[in-house]
Amino acid sequence: MENSAIIKINDLVKSFPMGKTHFTALRDINLTIGRGEFTGLVGPSGSGKTTLLNIVGSLDTPTSGEAWVLDHSVGRLSARQSAQLRKEELGFIFQSYNLLVVHTVYENVEFPLLLLKIGAPERKKMVMDALEWVGLTDKVRSKPPQLSGGECQRVAIARAMVKKPSLVLADEPTANLDAANSHHILKTMVNLNRELNTTFLFATHDEKVIKYLRRKIYLLDGKIDKISEQEQT
Amino acid sequence: MIRFLLKGLFHDRSRSRLPIIVVAIGVMLAVFMNAYITGFMGDTIEMNARFTHGHLKVMTRAYAENEGQVPNDLALTEVSALKEELSGRFPELDWAARIQFGGLVDVPDEFGETRSQGPAAGMGIDLLSPDSREAGRLNIQKSIVRGRIVQNAGEALLAEQFSRKLGVDPGDEVTLIGSTMHGSMSMYNFRVAGTVSFGVEALDRGTIIVDIEDARNALDMYDAAGELIGLFETGFYDDERALEIARAFNTPFEEDKDEYAPVMKTLTQQGSMGQLVKMLDVWGIYIIAIFIVAMALVLWNAGLLGGLRRYGEFGVRLAMGEEKNHLYRTLIYESIFIGIAGAFIGTAIGLFFAALVQKYGINISGLMEGSAMMYPSAIRTRITTTDYYIGFIPGLFATIIGTMLAGIGIYRRKTSQLFKELEA
Repeated sequence: MENSAIIKINDLVKSFPMGKTHFTALRDINLTIGRGEFTGLVGPSGSGKTTLLNIVGSLDTPTSGEAWVLDHSVGRLSARQSAQLRKEELGFIFQSYNLLVVHTVYENVEFPLLLLKIGAPERKKMVMDALEWVGLTDKVRSKPPQLSGGECQRVAIARAMVKKPSLVLADEPTANLDAANSHHILKTMVNLNRELNTTFLFATHDEKVIKYLRRKIYLLDGKIDKISEQEQT
Repeated sequence: MIRFLLKGLFHDRSRSRLPIIVVAIGVMLAVFMNAYITGFMGDTIEMNARFTHGHLKVMTRAYAENEGQVPNDLALTEVSALKEELSGRFPELDWAARIQFGGLVDVPDEFGETRSQGPAAGMGIDLLSPDSREAGRLNIQKSIVRGRIVQNAGEALLAEQFSRKLGVDPGDEVTLIGSTMHGSMSMYNFRVAGTVSFGVEALDRGTIIVDIEDARNALDMYDAAGELIGLFETGFYDDERALEIARAFNTPFEEDKDEYAPVMKTLTQQGSMGQLVKMLDVWGIYIIAIFIVAMALVLWNAGLLGGLRRYGEFGVRLAMGEEKNHLYRTLIYESIFIGIAGAFIGTAIGLFFAALVQKYGINISGLMEGSAMMYPSAIRTRITTTDYYIGFIPGLFATIIGTMLAGIGIYRRKTSQLFKELEA
């Protein structure tokens, strides 16, 4: 694996059993994503972008081929090693935020650090830093139901970023947001990408997101259709 | 992490409220039931001990074999010396001679002819010695319905129910017709000093109580007694110690073939008392087991419902890198907290109700009519040290087992589906 590459995928195939046959969701995927990229898997529903995101996020394994994420071959990791990789190196942002609704904003952002067993004083500083990145230091005691959709997604970003992961995977992060909030969120992610050199990999078909991507990997029927690069907007 | 979990429980009442209520109710019932069983069965045992069995009883070997027939022809003799020896060897017990006897109580009219007659179960106990504790032990003073306690030789107490049936009032004279120790017929006159009601159906039906010296005179049992009973000074039966004492007493007579040789029996070696005492010992275990199973089933279901509610939370936590084992463990930590909280609340409420029933009791005399066994006429709970912790066993076990069963779903969850699940 190249030193600058954070993700390297070789001849990846992913198929699922469907009755007596198999459905191939991904085929012949060859891809390299470098550190600090702001990249998206773009394609319509059923094109295989979430499946690929699952594999990169070590939530799933390839049927054949190899997917290297941060020098780990995802298919060869045990369940414990996969969890360890996600815990230490990956951040996740979901379409519907998936915040812990009974916990405060502070506690939501703090949770990944508790899993990493980081001491209380350092944890507090890291949580406040993350909330500052997303502009929510005044909402520490609020609970998700008291926040707007945009604020919830900013909390989700802070939660994904608080441990300063090498790679953030975002699945349709703006699907539930209006245009203004979507741009706000995306700008926040762009800034974090620049300041912390965190790699962002999106799965999206939202034009608002696509405009922000520096590299777009178009998927169609489980195959890479094309890859295009553009200057950041 | 523990603080995080506790905050989750405090903030999300639906996560903790139902399980805590279930545990509290279960624990409350367990504590109350235990206090009830201890109280009711304990009272029953103590009552039987005080009235008939003693904590330990010395009889002749032959008398012991036919104890149900009260065979006074096989009674102990030279009882004063034996009682002195027992008091010297086993001072932790108070020893008292008793004579149980059967007979007819005949009530004469003004011409000396039989006016009424009835079968009686008699008890000769030491009522007149100044140092005797028998009257207090049988609670005679408080059981007097009419008249007074026996104060002089030749006086008797009749059960109130019995005296009504015979038409006898305090001051009347009655004749006890029975058989002497040597098998001849005996007739002995008593003046009825008073009537008693013990609230125990088996005693209130046909009891006549007389001083033991009068019983000896009536039955030709000079310095003899059917049985010598010993009761622990502490007031509570100690089976282990009782067995030790009985063994120590019986060992020298083991080789003796004489059927009149004395034999000592503990409370648990007499009739069905052993079963009753054993039942009292194991009852707590039954209660715990029943409540563990019942509560675990309820909490399992509550856990499954809670698991559905928290499906998204578990998914996010798995996605963020929490291991399934760790997630499962945190659920168990939560259940431990819920178990402890529920057990505290349940124990407090259970003790409260138990204390009420201990103080005021529940009258059940109507249920005991016709009963041959001696049961107390009122249920009273007895709060013991066990009641302070017994609820924590089902409280904790049930919540942990319920959570463990409900949490198995975590291991069945496919991590590969998390993104899809969490997209919705």
